[in-house]
Amino acid sequence: MAVITSGVDTGRKVRWTIIDVVVVVYALVPVLWILSLSFKTKATLGDGNFIPREWSLQNYADIFTTNEFLLALVNSIGIALIATAIAVVLGTMAAYAIARLEFPGKSALVGFSLLVAMFPQVSLVSPLFDIERSLNLFDTWPGLILPYITFALPLAIYTLSAFFREIPWELEKAAKMDGATPGQAFRRVIAPLAAPGVFTTAILVFIFCWNDFLFAISLTSTTRSRTVPAALQFFTGASQFESPTGQICAAAVVITIPIVLFVLFFQRRIVAGLTSGAVKG
Amino acid sequence: MAEIVLDKVTKRYPDGALAVNEVNIEIADGEFIILVGPSGCGKSTTLNMIAGLEDITEGELRIGGQRVNERAPKDRDIAMVFQSYALYPHMTVRENMAFPLRLAKVDNATVEKKVTEAAKILDLTQHLDRKPSNLSGGQRQRVAMGRAIVRSPKAFLMDEPLSNLDAKLRGQMRTSVSRLQKQLGTTTVYVTHDQTEAMTLGDRVVVMRGGVVQQIGAPQFLYDHPANLFVAGFIGSPSMNFMPATLENGALSTPLGQVALGDRVRSAAEKANAPREVILGVRPEHFEDAAVLDEAAKARGSVFTAQVDVLESMGSEKYAYFTVDGEQASSAELAELAADSGSADVPSSGSQLVTRLSAASGATEGGSVQVWFDTEKVQLFDPSDGRNLTYSAE
Repeated sequence: MAVITSGVDTGRKVRWTIIDVVVVVYALVPVLWILSLSFKTKATLGDGNFIPREWSLQNYADIFTTNEFLLALVNSIGIALIATAIAVVLGTMAAYAIARLEFPGKSALVGFSLLVAMFPQVSLVSPLFDIERSLNLFDTWPGLILPYITFALPLAIYTLSAFFREIPWELEKAAKMDGATPGQAFRRVIAPLAAPGVFTTAILVFIFCWNDFLFAISLTSTTRSRTVPAALQFFTGASQFESPTGQICAAAVVITIPIVLFVLFFQRRIVAGLTSGAVKG
Repeated sequence: MAEIVLDKVTKRYPDGALAVNEVNIEIADGEFIILVGPSGCGKSTTLNMIAGLEDITEGELRIGGQRVNERAPKDRDIAMVFQSYALYPHMTVRENMAFPLRLAKVDNATVEKKVTEAAKILDLTQHLDRKPSNLSGGQRQRVAMGRAIVRSPKAFLMDEPLSNLDAKLRGQMRTSVSRLQKQLGTTTVYVTHDQTEAMTLGDRVVVMRGGVVQQIGAPQFLYDHPANLFVAGFIGSPSMNFMPATLENGALSTPLGQVALGDRVRSAAEKANAPREVILGVRPEHFEDAAVLDEAAKARGSVFTAQVDVLESMGSEKYAYFTVDGEQASSAELAELAADSGSADVPSSGSQLVTRLSAASGATEGGSVQVWFDTEKVQLFDPSDGRNLTYSAE
């Protein structure tokens, strides 16, 4: 059997390897390019070499010596983490209700959350700007956290309710029969089983908040709450004739790192097939 | 441990559908009772109402003398085994079994002791640290039982606990469930659609149809004295043969020929005001090959000649199948039974007759054979409402 199919297998392998390589190269070349630029000196920035001829860490040193970038980094991490935590907690509860309970207005709720997700964010920027200024939320952490939660919630609810639907309802009944209150059944049986879904959602929401540029640039004005994607635009060179390309590239590399760490950290918790063995087939 | 009383318990869904209608059952302390019936008969709903997983619309449920209608499942002190087992996949076998005790805030030493005990009874000791996903079906089933027995509840509720196992394992588990229940002496309500489980496991059987209790009684009593057509057709495998018949002057004309009824049957039918058109029911074992009987025995019954369609030899006995010409017996009960067993989908002309003959019978497939049946043991049913015209409670 193996001998007969090995020819076919080799062909398949080669084909898939080529496709994989093309996809990876296509996705990674711009990233590597930015990485390369961030290590170049100012003089060699425009020389067109993919591998820097002169390696330098000057760009990294520059961005970390200015307060601007460090503060933006703190803002980014703080705002994204808080927004993610709140959105995931609210989303978990809402998704559970949508997946498990029958209540009046359920389809309206689902419809509205879809509507929020479909709404063009750019059309909300000016009203939000006015509202936040009159509520003194402009250029504050809550001023960004609130819109992030709003736009992350539909995503969270959709992802999580799919996970909740996967969990056999009988487990909850069993927990009730075993003497659990509804709260205990949720905490000790349902929530642990929904954990992969919660972590997946957390990753998606975190990336959404971390990468947002539109709200970050429109609803902030100082380093008090400006996040990194917005702060990058305010980088200036040493003189007006100098472009801060190298520094922007270095900053772009630095802000990718938390995302990579975040994904790696939570990925270990996404164990596929966690519910297997709960019920037969 | 406690007795469970269902007093006119009714379940009506918000859309008006009546799932369970005024069910009265008194379950004695330590009794093993079986709820049986085709799918959709309300047996699982009844069980869920006892469990507290579904609300009771009307009527009263008492456990140990106390009304528990309004109590949450956790306050009823009863344990349940689910058809799907519903084991917690993120916990080991030990944690699964300890879960009810942990929720009850039992101290660690007692938890350990009880789990070890239960594991020993169920032969799970070497699997205690494994996750449910690494267990076989039978082992998972035992873990589910273990989770129920650890906290010594007032009653066990079992919802088709064996239906996910393969046939051989189901047979083994059936005896072990029976043994376990005897050993623990805990009141048990067991739901099944399998009439073999119903016959072999319970002290008493409750047959349900369309949310209504048809008959309650010991398995053998239900078999010998079914209250109506539905119970007669549901209990027993292979099931009772039914055919249309006309009752005239104490004699019965049937597709099997004219039959002179025995005294018991005739007097019972008279007492019950039997209509002219009836349905005749004969169990397969009340047939016999006329050739193996002596004259005296033959005289107690009626003999007909027919051609054997199919012959199944079991070694200890033979099952001979005949086709009987003429109309099939028809009634709402029989239609429902046929739909439940799927036999309504099998095309056939005339009705089929299943007979159990002794191994000594010389019947051959395709050959003609003289078949005798015991006219004292036949049952007559009213086609309009299905009641057993020959029913006697003795």
